[in-house]
Amino acid sequence: MWTHFHHEADIGIRGIGRTREEAFEEAAVALTAVITDPESVACTTRILLDCEDPDPELLLVDWLNALVFEMATRRMLFSRFHVEIDGARLHATACGEPVVVDRHQPAAEVKGATYTALALHEIQPGTWHAQCVVDV
Amino acid sequence: MDTSTLTRISDFEWRIEAQGDMHVPGIIFADAALVQAMDEKVREQVTRVACLPGIVRASYAMPDAHWGYGFPIGGVAAFDADAGGVVSGGGVGFDISCGVRALHTGLQRADIEAVKVRLADALYHAIPVGIGSHGSIHLDEAGMDAMLTGGAGWAVECGWGTAADLLRIEEQGCTAGARPEAVSVQARKRQRDEMGTLGSGNHYLELQEVDAIYDPDTAAAFGLRQGDVIISIHCGSRGLGHQIGTEFLKTMVIDAPRYGIALPDRELACAPIQSETGQTYLGAMRAAINCALANRQIITHLTRLVFADILPQADLTLIYDVSHNTCKVENHVIDGRARHLYVHRKGATRAFGPGHPDLPAAFRTSGQPVLIGGSMGTASHILAGNAGAERLSFSSACHGAGRAMSRRRAYKTWKGRQVTDRLFAEGIIIRSPSSRGVAEEAPGAYKDVDAVVDAAHRAGLARKVARLKPVVCIKG
Repeated sequence: MWTHFHHEADIGIRGIGRTREEAFEEAAVALTAVITDPESVACTTRILLDCEDPDPELLLVDWLNALVFEMATRRMLFSRFHVEIDGARLHATACGEPVVVDRHQPAAEVKGATYTALALHEIQPGTWHAQCVVDV
Repeated sequence: MDTSTLTRISDFEWRIEAQGDMHVPGIIFADAALVQAMDEKVREQVTRVACLPGIVRASYAMPDAHWGYGFPIGGVAAFDADAGGVVSGGGVGFDISCGVRALHTGLQRADIEAVKVRLADALYHAIPVGIGSHGSIHLDEAGMDAMLTGGAGWAVECGWGTAADLLRIEEQGCTAGARPEAVSVQARKRQRDEMGTLGSGNHYLELQEVDAIYDPDTAAAFGLRQGDVIISIHCGSRGLGHQIGTEFLKTMVIDAPRYGIALPDRELACAPIQSETGQTYLGAMRAAINCALANRQIITHLTRLVFADILPQADLTLIYDVSHNTCKVENHVIDGRARHLYVHRKGATRAFGPGHPDLPAAFRTSGQPVLIGGSMGTASHILAGNAGAERLSFSSACHGAGRAMSRRRAYKTWKGRQVTDRLFAEGIIIRSPSSRGVAEEAPGAYKDVDAVVDAAHRAGLARKVARLKPVVCIKG
């Protein structure tokens, strides 16, 4: 599950999951939803991503920024994610397809994930929130 | 924002008194209605910027200030390197050197009426816009280095403009001190195919009509007449700037303890100007400024090609090109002493007044043009710098209207097609690859730009010269 939360100029994204990994995956869906309807993005091409940071919150920002970079340089959108976290290391797959403007109607390019409203916590046993504001 | 906790200096100036860790007060330039409409987060961000090391005089918010990341958007702050001052990636923003370039066309509104749909379609096809688009220029490593060093001057050398263009760009189109070697492989990769692209979100290219002149003498100095057709280009340093902003925000967070900086919040990540991190960021940021200037120069060239085909009598010459996400080294007089300051303007426009030595000769008596962007259906404005603004705001003014509504709410409120049809009925042609993007950028999602500009004028930050009404808007 994911949501967007209010920010005056940009957009707050929040992933909600049973585990930290699932919250990271859902935050990635929320990132895609800033640009287009994630349901409109088919899974035809799978890529691998690796990030590393000992600070779990900075690791979340690194993960989102790695996706921003891949979207920009591959001209792709992603809709399905699988994240594994081992200590400071994140290993993930992202699945998506090249941008098709007519079908995806991409609204706004995400420039990067910020440290504003950055938070990663288990708000109750079995419910993790992973969130930050992204610059659009 | 609750005004009861602010000290009212005048009808257009409000002070957050220095307290706690604040080294200087906060100053907000706006009328009561605009201040009341500002988010409390603006106060919080202005206050936190006032706590950064080496800040000089005050932490400022312009009339269009709104909640940003780190610094507010519409935030201005100057730092003294000799007093331990810092440079902040969040104080510049991800879209480094995003700005507005305005061009004369030598045409009047009646001249384009019969061909405005053709112009809209031709511009939309000639200028890559939106996500997934790319330009026809592909830079190799040597070309990338030359662009990052040369800015708009590099673009002119490549044949995309004239030497006369450079005289009407801040710093003559090239920022000194760029360090291409400080720009990462990733940032270069993001930019390789993006030269001459407009981007998305609130970026645009517009044909506009001068529909009001407030200061005839200055308008004449700027070459503006009632009914003139003007072209405005709003975009920045594209993927390269975004990547530099992303990378240095993290570097500055990690390095802050090493430099003895206790960040009140990670989003205020910064580094001493006189540090390796600070100097590397400044070198990369200046390279990104040159990228933005080159980008707007290439888009100008593409626009000229379209006009040469459809309206060959048009003569597209620059009015000015101003950036509104920057950190620039400037001399300012503080308590009677000239000081060398690093002035951050994030969503704020430099507004040098008459007599400033850095202005081109054409603007020495009038002050520089201050270009204020609107949204698709609303006006843009051209103001002029005031000499007195140096004392008020380090010669800074607002940059636009600022959002009044989140993107998500705008998308739920309007449909893109409705917005396009309504604006067409008002005589405004929209071309965009994204219906959702148009809905999110609907004019109703923005604050009243006229009120923001009135506040800037009455506060003395800059003076109103002319208002521009959109005729064609190419939206990313």
